[in-house]
Amino acid sequence: MPTSAPPVSDGKAPGTSRMSPKSVAIWSAVALVGAIAWAVLALSRGEEISAVWLVVAALGSYAIAYRFYSRFIARRVLEVDDTRATPAERLEDGVDFHPTDKRVLFGHHFAAIAGAGPLVGPVLAAQMGYLPGTIWIIAGVIFAGAVQDMIVLFLSMRRDGKSLGQMARDEIGRVGGAAALLGVFAIMIILLAVLAMVVVNALAESAWGTFSVTMTIPIALFMGFYLRYLRPGQVVETSLIGVALLLLAIVGGGWVQDSSLAEHFIWSPETLVFCLIGYGFVASVLPVWLLLAPRDYLSTFMKVGTIALMAVGVLVAAPNLKAESVTDFASNGEGPVFSGSLFPFLFITIACGALSGFHALVSSGTTPKLIRKESQVRLIGYGSMLTESFVAVMALIAACVLEPGLFYAMNAPAALLGPTVDTAAEAVKNIGFTITPDQLTAAAKAVEEETLVGRSGGAPTLAVGMSEIFSGVFGGAGMKAFWYHFAIMFEALFILTTVDAGTRVGRFMLQDMLGNVWKPIGRVTWKPGIWITSALVVGAWGYFLYAGVTDPLGGIKQLFPLFGIANQLLAAVALAITTTILVKHGKLRWAWVTGIPLAWDVAVTFTAGWQKIFSDDPKIGFFALRDKYSQAIDEGELLPGAANMDDMHTIVLNNTVDGVLMAIFLLLVLIVLVNCAVVCVRAVRTPEPLPTSEVPYVESRLDAPETSDEALVGTRS
Amino acid sequence: MRTRAVRMLRTVRWYLRELTGEAQYERYCARHRELHPHLPAPTRREFDEQQARQREGQPMSRCC
Repeated sequence: MPTSAPPVSDGKAPGTSRMSPKSVAIWSAVALVGAIAWAVLALSRGEEISAVWLVVAALGSYAIAYRFYSRFIARRVLEVDDTRATPAERLEDGVDFHPTDKRVLFGHHFAAIAGAGPLVGPVLAAQMGYLPGTIWIIAGVIFAGAVQDMIVLFLSMRRDGKSLGQMARDEIGRVGGAAALLGVFAIMIILLAVLAMVVVNALAESAWGTFSVTMTIPIALFMGFYLRYLRPGQVVETSLIGVALLLLAIVGGGWVQDSSLAEHFIWSPETLVFCLIGYGFVASVLPVWLLLAPRDYLSTFMKVGTIALMAVGVLVAAPNLKAESVTDFASNGEGPVFSGSLFPFLFITIACGALSGFHALVSSGTTPKLIRKESQVRLIGYGSMLTESFVAVMALIAACVLEPGLFYAMNAPAALLGPTVDTAAEAVKNIGFTITPDQLTAAAKAVEEETLVGRSGGAPTLAVGMSEIFSGVFGGAGMKAFWYHFAIMFEALFILTTVDAGTRVGRFMLQDMLGNVWKPIGRVTWKPGIWITSALVVGAWGYFLYAGVTDPLGGIKQLFPLFGIANQLLAAVALAITTTILVKHGKLRWAWVTGIPLAWDVAVTFTAGWQKIFSDDPKIGFFALRDKYSQAIDEGELLPGAANMDDMHTIVLNNTVDGVLMAIFLLLVLIVLVNCAVVCVRAVRTPEPLPTSEVPYVESRLDAPETSDEALVGTRS
Repeated sequence: MRTRAVRMLRTVRWYLRELTGEAQYERYCARHRELHPHLPAPTRREFDEQQARQREGQPMSRCC
């Protein structure tokens, strides 16, 4: 029997539009509790506070934003109409288009948008203290990130699930559309390189981590075969077996590390880079059922499980935040993890979790084709993004429960820290924090790693923080090493899933673009075409990955800003397109809903981009650094960070490439913005409304309009 | 107490089957029976292979 309806009814009463006294009381209480938590966060200075306050402030703010702001956007701005048939209803084919239960689709969409991004950015941003990061994550998601996701989802739904690129072409024009497409492709390359670099930094010189993560490949292959030949269609069963094997692989990593096999799994960063590049290529040309699909199931299960575990851990362990609320690095811009002052660099370091342009690509693809009723864009678009933001808050907490000394010993660039625990302890002292060499050795020993010094990239820091929190709840100090590697594993799993899916998406884009020039390469079935384009995509991100990993000054420090700016620029593109479409629909008076986040985002990204290109400070500007090093080369002297002249040349080359890339990004986005502005002005001036690609109204025959979205608010996490 | 636990487990199973797309085949068959009552529905394996072929042509985006 087909069971497209849940086995239990959720017994909802029809909602009313006026608030009852009871709900007024409940929402006042929510507001009050949230306000108290914010007050505690804002007013505590110098003393340690519990992480629970962060959680309460976040949840209170989310609840209010969801109940009031997202409802306002749905009703007034978008005018969602449940009597209007969605594409899932009109075009239902049982496969691509299918009216899906909103809770299922929420899970689907959340699994598609959430990955390693919200886990990495907040960890790095902890260098400015927990307060600025928290405020940006929460305010950013409420007024920008979730708004973008929901509106893009809605507009794409009204256009039968068109992609962002197609919407740009249809609604703005060919030039803007082409610039948007090119921008998306370039941005994706950087994204993949930076994420892959996080994996490399987490696995380098760690036998345990390398073994467990390597094992995910045979596990995924096994699942692929099992699902295709042994038990066709038993996805849940296969996934549960996969998760069990995965946990076994984590435990097994510990055995391997203690055995004579260990030396075979200790790989240098360069080796790992080539393994990842090879993996990316193979994954992109192999059939989907063999590697990609099973890995995706695995990663979805791990995602939901680990995030639930993290929430329980933080609430039960209620750790104290050891980091300061606002550090000096916020104002002086001299932080060792990333340079530059709070504005604009905090807002690009934390992209995912607050505002992530990449979500616009996910929101305009599969999900809009599955929505049952228009009003559900609220839960699925706005709600999923709030949940991702909550993940970012938990990552920030995990980084802030660490002793600041340990945090900097792990995240400062290797050039600053030097090779041993003694030099690292000295370096940490020089930037104003304390940790003894013995403490550093003990911290590494507790998680059974060779060393924690210079393990930048965010993943190891998050893993140490999580092991701290988890071991307080489950299993005690003896379990620390397990939880550390569990965290490493699940981050690596997310990232590898993103890498293989992203390489494939990039390949399709490239085939599409090159197909305009030379027909055969655009054919999705022509094998040589697939190989060539896959190799080009892998080569592109592989180049940046290699350059980043071998960068003498620390690849994360150099490339992470580029990644953040790229992601936020994509958000600018998405927000500009949505604003234009709102204006074209005659909703100029509501254009501020996306217009204000757009203005903010443009201010942040263009300030950051400008500084990265034109700043005289070699710590910030790519070209300033380039000039400094090339001058030194002319004078034949070595500057800090470089061990020899080759390093000097590498630094010059990397900074030139990064600077030029930054300029190209800004230029592409500028083209889109100007084109959008032109269309907006035209739309406002013409008496006749400009044509849009919105599909005309068709009456829905599916169940009566839902008015009870509110019933979900209380139960949301 | 027991019935509640059973009901909860059923909901969890329903949710996971829907989330992973495992339930898609049954839905497809039901639809197939309705639209083409005289044609045999594809077997589970045929359906999966057809699905895999289709996914080959349309990448799923995964975010960071």
